Amino acid sequence: MSYYLKLLATGFFSTIAFGIIFNVPKKALISGGIIGMFGWVLYSILSVNYGYDIMAATLISTLFVAIISQLLARIKKMPVTVFSIAGIIPLVPGGPAYETMRNFVENEYSIAIKLATKTLLISGAIAFGLIISGVISQTKKRNDQIHVKQSQSDDQIL
Amino acid sequence: MEVCLLAGKLMLANGGETYRVEDTMLRIAQSFLEGEASSYVTPTGIFLTLQEENQQKTKFIRIHLRSIDLNKVVLVNDISRKISDGLMTIDEAYEKLREIEQLNPLYPMWLKTLAAAISSGLFVLMFGGDWKDSFPAIIAGGIGFIIFVLLHDIAKVKFFAEIVTAFLIGLIVSVSTKMGFGTNLDKIIIGSIMPLVPGVLITNAVRDLMAGDLVSGLARGAEALLTALAIGTGIAVILVFFR
Repeated sequence: MSYYLKLLATGFFSTIAFGIIFNVPKKALISGGIIGMFGWVLYSILSVNYGYDIMAATLISTLFVAIISQLLARIKKMPVTVFSIAGIIPLVPGGPAYETMRNFVENEYSIAIKLATKTLLISGAIAFGLIISGVISQTKKRNDQIHVKQSQSDDQIL
Repeated sequence: MEVCLLAGKLMLANGGETYRVEDTMLRIAQSFLEGEASSYVTPTGIFLTLQEENQQKTKFIRIHLRSIDLNKVVLVNDISRKISDGLMTIDEAYEKLREIEQLNPLYPMWLKTLAAAISSGLFVLMFGGDWKDSFPAIIAGGIGFIIFVLLHDIAKVKFFAEIVTAFLIGLIVSVSTKMGFGTNLDKIIIGSIMPLVPGVLITNAVRDLMAGDLVSGLARGAEALLTALAIGTGIAVILVFFR
């Protein structure tokens, strides 16, 4: 129980802290924190409890964060970045990036290159998750426009 | 034209994505203009061409400083919406954009430092560190953030500020673990450098590349790589001494 509580608390507050560093508007701060919290909990459960590969766990939780961010962006009429940028911070491969560097310093080049590739692939997974959700929302929007003529400003939210 | 460029500049300099900047500028142009407009945006400069029946105007502006201030991106986005809905005249929009340009950051410096410190401590826990390990990280992360902002203000060279900050963070963490505060050096360092790590930059770079903005993607990628290199070098130098 305390394990999940710790996940929820760390995910929520670290996302909000990053929101403050990035000057996220006040009315988006809490919802951004909640998105980041669920993203982090999902990631941890997938990677620790179910033993998914880090890349798969990252991709799934980024996709989750990005899709919820898209929805919220539409509801609150703000750019998506406002919600997703802090939400993906817990998923960013800071650990592997540091391990890479450390191994370079210790002259363990083959391990370092391996870790560098891993870092890059995890970043790729995050970007992939963001792109997929962007494409989904764009396609949906185009379909909406065929059925109902929307005002031009609506598709600016993306 | 000035309105478009100012809006574009504000968005780009404060962390808007490439496609959003282009899109916003074109939208504003189209609501005030009969003819055609096209824009080309890279992280370091913006081109805009407006074409009306018999004349064509082109302007270029250079972007030197880039940071992340999402509040400004939101405000410019709001203005561009109002313009496309026809709720704002060109003069009003220009006036508003000028105001946004002068706006101070939404949160005061002490709050941001506190946020950086707390997030450093939390990241130690998230990466599997101990409660005891998070105290040095809170201190190192907070001090690191202040130093980074100050150095960036003074020197205007981002990479210099990053190297020095990473070096200082490494120093604080190493000394405090030597003195017995916290046990897990690696975890504490990872937590403390998280506010500096260019995770968002790398992700945005890959996203730009995938979206087909190849020049923007490479530029952002280079920036991210240099930042990572700067942090890496700063920490590495310390690790060599304390290994």
